[in-house]
Amino acid sequence: MSHDDHHAVTIPAPGPEFVAHEVAHHFSSPVQEFQAGKLGFWLFLATEILLFGGLFAAYFYFHEVYPETFRVGGQQLDWRLGALNTSVLLLSSWTMAMGVRSAQTSQKSKTMMYLTLTVLGAVGFMVIKFIEYKAKNEHGLVVFSELFSGYENGQISWFKDYDGVMKDVPHGHMFFAIYLTMTAIHGLHVIIGAIAIIYVMIGTSKGRYHAGYYLPVDLVGLYWHLVDLIWIFLFPLLYLVP
Amino acid sequence: MTTNTPAVDVQTTQPAAPRENYLNCSSGFKSWALTLDHKRIGLMYLVGTGLAFLAGGVFALLVRLHLWEPEGLLFENTAYNQIFTLHGAFMVFLFVIPAIPGSIGNVVMPIMVGAKDVALPKLNLLSFYLWLIGAILAAAAIVMGGFDTGWTFYAPYSLYTDQAVVTIGLAVFILGFSSIFTGLNFIVTVHKLRAPGMTWFRMPLFVWAIYATAVLQVLATPVLGITVLLVAFERLYNIGIFDPRLGGDPVLFEHFFWFYSHPAVYIMVLPAFGIISELVTVHSRKPLFGYKLIAFSSIAIAIISFLVWGHHMFTSGQSTYAMFAFSFLTFFVAIPTAIKEFSWVATVWKGSVALNSPMLYTLAFLVIFAIGGLTGVILGALNVDLHLHDTYFVVAHFHYVMMGSIALAFIAGLHHWWPKMFGVMYNEVQAKIACAIIFVGFNLTFLPQFIMGSRGMPRRYATYVPEYAPYHQASTIGAMILASGVALMVFYLIASLLIRKKAKENQWGGVTLDWQCPTPPPHLNFDDEPKVVHEVYDYSTLDYDSMQRDCS
Repeated sequence: MSHDDHHAVTIPAPGPEFVAHEVAHHFSSPVQEFQAGKLGFWLFLATEILLFGGLFAAYFYFHEVYPETFRVGGQQLDWRLGALNTSVLLLSSWTMAMGVRSAQTSQKSKTMMYLTLTVLGAVGFMVIKFIEYKAKNEHGLVVFSELFSGYENGQISWFKDYDGVMKDVPHGHMFFAIYLTMTAIHGLHVIIGAIAIIYVMIGTSKGRYHAGYYLPVDLVGLYWHLVDLIWIFLFPLLYLVP
Repeated sequence: MTTNTPAVDVQTTQPAAPRENYLNCSSGFKSWALTLDHKRIGLMYLVGTGLAFLAGGVFALLVRLHLWEPEGLLFENTAYNQIFTLHGAFMVFLFVIPAIPGSIGNVVMPIMVGAKDVALPKLNLLSFYLWLIGAILAAAAIVMGGFDTGWTFYAPYSLYTDQAVVTIGLAVFILGFSSIFTGLNFIVTVHKLRAPGMTWFRMPLFVWAIYATAVLQVLATPVLGITVLLVAFERLYNIGIFDPRLGGDPVLFEHFFWFYSHPAVYIMVLPAFGIISELVTVHSRKPLFGYKLIAFSSIAIAIISFLVWGHHMFTSGQSTYAMFAFSFLTFFVAIPTAIKEFSWVATVWKGSVALNSPMLYTLAFLVIFAIGGLTGVILGALNVDLHLHDTYFVVAHFHYVMMGSIALAFIAGLHHWWPKMFGVMYNEVQAKIACAIIFVGFNLTFLPQFIMGSRGMPRRYATYVPEYAPYHQASTIGAMILASGVALMVFYLIASLLIRKKAKENQWGGVTLDWQCPTPPPHLNFDDEPKVVHEVYDYSTLDYDSMQRDCS
């Protein structure tokens, strides 16, 4: 191919432990590349919010229809574990922000440290989540082994509490169905976020990100803050529901 | 703009060697399967959505043949339900939504703004493969027993039927992300990659239309994604929110679904408007009447489209006041839409009209869309809709928009940019004949449906009372005429690729950047970075010589 006429723009590496970044051929400047990536990612975050928006709409609608179910259901969740998870995510958001800052200032080892701490935060969150799910499983509120067993005689297989704590409220499973769906989809985002952070850690260890080019770290950071932000809404709505 | 001298020099010095373009710059399966070139991705979309259109058309013919007899000619009732569902789902999700942005939008839009490619080429390729996975899943759902819910997946039926709803739901979810990523990519491209001098009001109106579409794709599609996901969850583990047996609310499904699917109507139709805007000006050789009004009306339609979803649910059980509001707001859509229609007609008026085949398809669009649009206003009226809801009147209305307007605009655009895309010209006589056949066939198919719908024929029924038979039979004959027109079109378009009659460098005399770059465009679209110095549609800048010269 004879397209050597296009002027490749290269951002030099700030030091021997870093590698230079070549701007993609269809951009005329590094600024254009950076802004295009940023704008595209913000739009993607908007779609994520709208996706969760559907779930939040369902939450508010049924909270309005069955307020007692949501009140009693919310009392079955352990707010201490929820609060602990909120703190873990908030802390990991801080380490993520520090990781982005370190990448912007070409501090490779510091970036690695902060990103590792963020991944640990993600793992911690999922472990606490697992403990919570296990408790719900034992109490018969969400029985995971029978999740896909269907519906018989007016009873859902995975909900065993028709005569238990939820017996005085209508459609007791409704709160836990929404709880499970929202936290599971959020948990999936935590896992995807952790994978994305590990991806930029690999890039960081190879010296790809530095003061001249840190876009991927920046974008993964934005994603992580969104995951955190959604949890900040989920926590009071599910655990502290009046 | 740029002068043509370099191209001429190349021609005279080495006449034998064809100049390098995006089609011949590399070859082999990988050079297409892994391409990041927006033009090649656009062509792959063209083949894919074209095949989906033909498959959907075959399903439509089966539906029409079945309805020849009041008792039904071909199928058991369940099989009929599956066939019309397949027709709807294939046409909507695999053809109408992705076709124009994916194929023509991908090929033409980056060139129109003077960019070398879309902003995020890898994401563009991912969009295509997501489309392909969605198409494969949709085909797999047929093999796994089919689906009979209609393309709307209304709860609670979609929760109880024993068919492959989860698979097709997953297909729709994935196709949704394909659409989101295309829209996202185009927004970023329009914002960040315009050539020097390409101000917002120098952008061709096709770009404005694609931009407004992209905004809708990004904002509306995630809600469809979560909705079909919730239907899948409902079937997998009885989440209960749409299931009335479990305390859920099936009307909530309709709200979720139409919150996406009404804007989706404009995701489908806005790119078609964009194509028509381009074609009326080029083939009338006259600047567009009301350029800014058309541009802003695209944005206005995009905004209003989010406020009218309840008009699909007048008989579903909403509060009376909500219905008043939805009906009232629906009428507002007619204002920007009429602004467009009148502006196009005013553009043709006293223009130097060339009745080329793209222009004939455009004129057919103008007639059909006027009918499709006005019957939409009738349906938006609350009291009238209570009578017409779920009748063939609705079917006829949205086919006048989806098939008669959108598919026809797609075909018009395909004819318009075909010489640009491939550097070859199809047989114009055959194209004009095909256009006439399609126009007659289309109207014969759907005009009788307005009449029988207004007399009460319900949609989606496999059988009917004999009083409707003449209308159904006229409609079936029309469908076969329409199909023969489409078959002729496919024939001469494919034949043009084999005969390889050279197109002109600037086949129709356009002055936007897509007609300034070489034909077919080189890998990076322009030989030199374009600088825009003229206002859009300024035909005083037209280089007549480029209309006479064969493309290289």
